[in-house]
Formats: sequence, structure tokens, C-alpha cells
Amino acid sequence: MSLADLTASELLDTLGRGEASAVEAAREYLALIEQRDGDIGSYLRVDAEGALAQAAEVDRKREAGEELGPLAGLPVAVKDVLCDSAGATTCASRMLEQFHPPYDATVVAKLKAADAVLLGRLNMDEFAMGGSTENSAFQVTRNPWDRGRTPGGSSGGSAACVAAGLAPLAVGTDTGGSIRQPAGLCGVVGLKPTYGRVSRYGLVAFASSLDQVGPMARTVRDAALLLEAIAGHDPHDATSLEEPVPQYAATLDKPLEGLRLGVVKEHYGAGLDGEVESAVRAAIAQYESLGAEVREISLPHSKYAVATYYVIAPSEASSNLARYDGVHYGYRTDQTKMVAELAAERKALSDAGDEAGLAQLDTALVRMYRKTRAEGFGPEVKRRIMLGTYALSAGYYDAYYLKALKVRRLIRQDFDAAFEQVDLIASPVTAAPAFKLGEMVDDPLAMYLVDLYTVSANLAGIPGISVPCGFNTAGLPIGLQLLAPPLKEARLLRGAHMYQQATDWHQRRPAFSATPSE
Amino acid sequence: MSNAYTTVIGLEVHVQLATHSKLFCRCSTQFGAEPNTQTCPVCIGMPGTLPVMNRQAYQLALRTAVALNCDIPEFTKWDRKQYYYPDLPKGYQISQYDLPMSDDGFLEIADAKDRFEPKRVRIIRAHLEEDAGKSIHDEAAGKADSEIDLNRTGTPLLEIVSQPDMRSAAEARAYLEEMKLLLTYIGVSDCNMQEGSLRCDANVNLHLDHEGESIATPIVEIKNLNSFRAVERAIEYEAARQYKEWQENSEPPKARQKYLARPKQTRGWDDAAGVTRAQREKEESSDYRYFPDPDLAPVITKGDEVQAVREALPELPAALRERLGEDYGLGTYDADVLVNQGRALVDYYLAVADGSGDPKAACNWVTQDVLRVLKDQESTIDQFGVSAENLAGLVKAIDDGQLPSSRAREAFEVMLADGSAVDAAITKLGIEQVDESALEDLCRELLAANPKIVADVQDGKQQAVGALIGQAKKKNPNADPALVRQICLKLIGEGV
Repeated sequence: MSLADLTASELLDTLGRGEASAVEAAREYLALIEQRDGDIGSYLRVDAEGALAQAAEVDRKREAGEELGPLAGLPVAVKDVLCDSAGATTCASRMLEQFHPPYDATVVAKLKAADAVLLGRLNMDEFAMGGSTENSAFQVTRNPWDRGRTPGGSSGGSAACVAAGLAPLAVGTDTGGSIRQPAGLCGVVGLKPTYGRVSRYGLVAFASSLDQVGPMARTVRDAALLLEAIAGHDPHDATSLEEPVPQYAATLDKPLEGLRLGVVKEHYGAGLDGEVESAVRAAIAQYESLGAEVREISLPHSKYAVATYYVIAPSEASSNLARYDGVHYGYRTDQTKMVAELAAERKALSDAGDEAGLAQLDTALVRMYRKTRAEGFGPEVKRRIMLGTYALSAGYYDAYYLKALKVRRLIRQDFDAAFEQVDLIASPVTAAPAFKLGEMVDDPLAMYLVDLYTVSANLAGIPGISVPCGFNTAGLPIGLQLLAPPLKEARLLRGAHMYQQATDWHQRRPAFSATPSE
Repeated sequence: MSNAYTTVIGLEVHVQLATHSKLFCRCSTQFGAEPNTQTCPVCIGMPGTLPVMNRQAYQLALRTAVALNCDIPEFTKWDRKQYYYPDLPKGYQISQYDLPMSDDGFLEIADAKDRFEPKRVRIIRAHLEEDAGKSIHDEAAGKADSEIDLNRTGTPLLEIVSQPDMRSAAEARAYLEEMKLLLTYIGVSDCNMQEGSLRCDANVNLHLDHEGESIATPIVEIKNLNSFRAVERAIEYEAARQYKEWQENSEPPKARQKYLARPKQTRGWDDAAGVTRAQREKEESSDYRYFPDPDLAPVITKGDEVQAVREALPELPAALRERLGEDYGLGTYDADVLVNQGRALVDYYLAVADGSGDPKAACNWVTQDVLRVLKDQESTIDQFGVSAENLAGLVKAIDDGQLPSSRAREAFEVMLADGSAVDAAITKLGIEQVDESALEDLCRELLAANPKIVADVQDGKQQAVGALIGQAKKKNPNADPALVRQICLKLIGEGV
């Protein structure tokens, strides 16, 4: 058995017992990436040199008997949206293609302090906007279970990487489902923590009131291990919660006694794929057989969740992305070309005696802004900036943004009421398994509706997890989503672990040819 | 002419709060550093960075708002004001929009020279915000290059907006001076206009009667006011300009309507030329798309916290002036001179007045001699060579007759030069009480030696005795001139 076949927790034990070295583990993963990722495209950049150096350092520390961090020697891959001073952080955007952050995100700093071995940076939808990773400016990521299909998104690189066995642990981010949806489509575990549980400092913001960083792994136990390492209060993030971090992994094996599991009646309507519904209902039945009591609950405002989300998230995004203006860092349009163009336009207007046109002509600064942003951002990012700018404009603010905030409060209240009756809520992650690459690129609205089951948790700020719960007849993974009240990650993990103890969906692996691709 | 219209003025003051670090990061706010050396990923808006509120800045803002008699709502929040400009690296400024940290206050102004009646200028609101960076435009070389310094980016500013309650340039200046004094007294800002820690924009228009109809001319916002003098001059200029503009546009009615419907205009003050000039309107400046900043939690301020701030306030200038009048018997003018010099000088005065038991003499010494020396030396009271205790001793020595007032200034100079107490100065100058009989002997001697003077005085030229006083001083420096004069006249009168 190779080291890469082990779960993260098993690998950690193996390394701890001295049966293998961190360098060996890193080498094995680097070899697998070399072999398989040409097909998958999960990594934007692999840092073999850095990873081996970190691994060697862990081995040296272990040998010297020095204190080791909780992830000592474990390879971890990070979505390319968390700043790392070791290299570029691109957010899969032309805008930041050459951007090298001068600082580490708190999560990255915690991973380094935990002695994790950072393998590289994972593909994503540009600025985390999208649900298929097709909005990456750089490359396509393929679903390891069917290379013609999407891994989901926006943390599609993270999900595909873990599913393909190219890292035991990956870090993703989730603004409307961007961890849970790709985890569901790739058959891995993905957890979105309570808003404020994990620091957002150094996470390049998409929608600040919704963004959360979370773990992706093959098993719930591994997700617990990673969450424990990255969670906690951060003085650099005013929205981070001052609550101690429980020992998630230590309490994992305690099953939830008398678990009251909520099933949302609004979740099972038109549009839900039959095979997905069967798998989710079977999972719920599995809980019943484990002693859980299933209760039907109602989340009456959940039908407004996607609409609410697509007002709030783009509004915040339009503001957060204003800083990419070509002035201080990142992409800037070709100035010489721009100045020449502007001069030509001015001359033409002047020759035509068009005074009004001349008065309307951009200043060089405004033209620089326009061109930089037109060239630096992809279409989905522009679409959301426009949506958000519109929603925040004078005369529209009350009807859109303010109204969305009110509905958001109602959605949160729905959950508060539901969690008075149940301990966890179970639902599908997505209405259907992974769709084909290119299938929805021309239909942004259909793409937005993919977030149906996941966005509510972000709007309410509650934690949610996606665990594999079956496969359809075509062999595509199906995910089960569990939701818990704020800060009840321990309960969420125990509930999910209970299910994994009783099932083996998470042990299945996609097939790879033995020879390197290409 | 002065009755043809009323000038209506509202002021927006931006005060840089005296924190060590910026509003949302730990960078220094020290003025004058090399460009872009006081920056960090947070204040230059690097991707992924987040703001964390500086509590100290909020406390200073709270203290100011309370001192300005503002209401402090329990709930306040941060909003993003969005616009594109190269010295605004995030593309938005963190400010406060619809729920500022304070509102509805006032500041009282008066004029020692009585150019206007004392009045209360109402304050609409005071809110906290972060400063933008500085753009340095170098258009001289024809290349129109601009440079940006982000040292100032993120510095905490308190924006204080007054109601349009002022009616003259003098009132506007008094408001600013009183504001500056108040801010200095409560220690929230150094109010240095040259360094930009106190900035002011003025909104000016005219109210006038036109054939029985009340007319308000379009409001003009004047920017680039870099000194109190500039504010005064700009308002005076602008009032005259607007009146002329009104006269040119008041007829026919169509032109008048068009003129009066004109939107608010921004004009920049050109100090060298002494004129205001229309400024180019900023692109899309009308819609800032304010919305609550999701990176920052709202700030909750309970009533008891406000009460604690109120109780901890030092004595404010207005109250201090009143106390100097009531308890120390000082006139408005003297109280004003003392208070306007700042708290340290007032404390010095109070120590001299209390130590000597003669508040009026103490005031004369402080407002005349002490201030003159400070001005000559270009120094401040804390560096002054005569301690309050010693100056009190000097005042007392004069009152006790131990030090003739004719020699008090000499004693003061000695004390100033070597820091000595009045006794030491008296000894050093050899000042001693001259016995009246000894003085009489001296006078007799002088009269005997100067028959011409005696004759002059007997002819009615009393002033001739002055020459004797000089001689007496030469023979005995401690001779009191008044006494010498008195004795001489007496002796001549007696026919000696």
C-alpha cells in the first residue's frame, strides 16, 4: 500500500511512528500529481521544491525531537485565493496573474505553523465566482469520475485534487456552496464552517459577509483534523469569533445519541434529480437505522435564498473588486497602446469638429481604469460587478440590497426556528450530479440555480458539510449535505462521521490509467 | 451694501485625530515620513486584507463629540463610500453614512472685539472616517505624471459638519478658532493646518430680498482653504462674487430662475491670487453607492460609557473663561487672551494668581511680560525660565513692598536669566528698602547742589524736579523715584 492511499489521519500516524518520512510522502504525492494532473488540471502551480524543503524540515525536527505541529508532514494543497508570501496568488484571474502577496493569509500561516507541507495552489473559478471552475482564466479542471464533466466550483480544483488522490487534504472557500457543491460532485468531504470560525484575513474577498474558508478531505475525520488546525479567533479579522476551538477529531467517535434529523419539505420539489433524491433518502434512512429520529421541518423563505444571494454577493463583490484598478498592483493595460488610441480618438473628434464628443472623451486615467478592468476580468466576474453596482446604485439600493438584507434575516430566523426542533438538517447538496463541461457556460441563470441547496447556509452563517452518499447509474458521486446551528461544527462532524462509519461511499476511488497522461 | 444681503456659511471640518496608529491598521500616523514608508498591506488595500478598528480613534472621536454637545447614538456602523481615484487604493473609503457616531451638537462662539453677538453654531453631525492618500501632480514637465503617497491613507479623521449658522467671515473664523481651541484642550488633535490635521471646506451662499421675495443664491462649496486667514478671505471674496453674479443674473426672470436652479458648485480658493475658481466636477461623484462595510462590526456605545467620557472631560475653554471672570475678576479680553493661549498657559496663570493672591497683577505679568518673552524666544510656557511659583513670589514681593515696582522688571529679567527666586534676585540687584530719613538726607544734598532746579520749581516748573530723580537713582539705585519726587517737592515747598 502506498502512502498516498492512506487517509490524512492514517498518514499522520504513520509519519508519527517513523514508518515513513514526510519527504517520502511528499515525493509520492508529487509523483502522482505529475502522473495524473495533466488529465485533471486541479493544480495551477505545484511547488515541488518548496514542498520537499518543508517536508525535509519536518523530518529534521522529528529527528531532533523538536516539537511538531498538528499536521506535521501532511501534504496540503490550497485554493489559489488565500495569500501566500511564498509565491503568486492569482484567484485564477488575469488581473492577479503576476500578483505576489507580501504577507500570508492567517490560514496559510496556521498551516505553516502546523508543519503542513504545502504542495501547491489549486484551480478555481475566477475570484471564486462560479460553480464549475470553468471561469478560471487559466485552465479547465476535470471531474476525476468523468473527465468530460465539471468538478463543480468554485473550489473545483480542491475537490478534484482530493478526489484524484493528489493531496490528502485541501483548503477551499465557500461563499454560496463553493466547498460543499464541488465536494458533492467529486465524492469527497467538504465543510463550510460557521461564519467567523475561520479567519478571512488573507482570503481574497469575493463577498465578505458570506465567505468562509474550510477543509476538504476524503473522510470526515480528516476534515476535522484540518478544521482544527485552521479555525480560531484572529485579531486581524474583526468578523472572526472569539470562541475557543473544540477538539473536533477527539470527539468524533462519539455518536450522536437521540439525534433529531431535520428533513426540509421545500427541498424535494421539481428539479431534483431522481437518483439524487433516492440516494439522499437512503442516507436519511441510514440515520434512522442508526437511531436518529427524522422530523420534517419547513424553511419557508428558502425559496428566496438564491435571489437574495445573487443580490448580496454581487453587491459586496462589486465593492471588493473595485481595488483592481491597475494603479497599485496587478494587471494594467498596455499604456503606450492606450495613450496612442486615446490620441487618435481625440484627433478624429477634433478633425470632425465634434466638441461634445471631445468633452465626453475619457481622461487617460479613466481610460486606463476601463481598459484594465475590461481586459483583466473574465465575463462572469464582470457580470457580477455589474449586477452589484446596479443593486447598490442610488434609487435601487432599497429595492434590491436593503430588501435582500431583510430576506436574509428571515432566512436566518427560519434556521433558528428549525434548530429548536432538530439537531441537524439533511438535504441534497445539488439537485443533480456533475454536469458536462460547457453545458451551462451560456446559461448563467441555470448555473446560479445550482446553488439552491447550499446558499442558505452562507446567508444564515451556519456550518454545513457535504459527504458522499452514493453514485448514480453513470457512476457519478452524489452528496449529502448536513447543516448545524452556528458553532456546532463538532456536532456536524460527529453526525457526518456516524454516517461514514456505517457506509463505504467515501472509500471509492476514481480510476486512473497506470501510465502518465499525455 | 452690507445690508444688501446676508452671507450664510456652513463649515465642514476634518480633524485628524491624534492616534499613534491608523484607523484600521497599526501603521504610524507620524507626519513627514518618506513617501510610502508608513504603509502595510491593510492600508494600501492589498487583496485579502481586512480592517480592524482602532479603539483609541473611536475614543478620541467620542470625546470630541461629547465636548461638542452631540448626542451619541447607541448604535453606529461603518459604510463604504465608493469612488475611483488613484490615491484611494481600495476603491472605497471606510466612512459613516446614515448612522454617524454622533449628531445634533453645538459650539458657542463670541468675539472679544464685539464684531458679532455671541452665538451658538449648531453641529449637524460628527463622524469618523479614514483619510485617502495624497496625489502629487507634476504637470510642469508637460508629462502630467502623478505620484501617490499612501502614508496618509487610513489616518483617522473626524468630519464635523455645522449647520449654516454663520453669517460673516469673522464668525466663520471664530468658529474655527474655537473649534481648534476645544480640540486642543481635550487633547484629540494637534490641529496643525500646515500638516493637514485640520482641514476645512466652506459652504457659502447669500440670502437677499428681491422685490419682497426671499432669495437664496446657489450654494458654493469652497475647497483648498489652508489657513484660517484663507477661510476668511475666501468667504469675503465669495460673498462679493456671488452678489455680483446675482446682480448680473437677477433679470430678466428667466435668467434669474435659471441661475437660482443651478446645482451646488465646487470652487477652489487660490490664495496667491485671492480668488475662487470653479473646479472640474469629479467623474460620477454623485453616486457613492454607500453600503455597510461587511468587514467591520457595528460599534455599540452605552449611555454609561458616554457619561464616563463626559465626566472625564477636562474643563473646556468656555467654562474656563467664565471661571477666570467670576473667580479671578478678569475681564473678557484678558480671559480670552489667556484661554486662547492654551491650557498650559492658563495653568501657569492660575498658579501665579493663586500663589500671589493678586489675580489682576498676575494677569498683567502673564499677558504682558511672560507672553512677550515667549514670543521673542519663540518658545512655549513649559520651557519658560521663570516658574509659576517664582513669578508668584515676585508679584507678592511687589505687593508687600519688599520690591519696588520700579525695579520689578529688573528682578524679572534676573529671574528669567538664572531661574532664581525673587529673594535671590533682590539680593543680586542689591535692592533694599531705603529708610525715609536717609532719602530725605539725599534729597537735601541734591537740592543744595542744584539751586537752579530749586529756582525753576519755585517758578512753577514742577517738572524740573525730574532731573533730580535721575541723580538720586545714580547715587542710590534703590531710591524710589516717586518718593524722591515727593520729598524734593515737599522740601522745596518748605523753602529749604
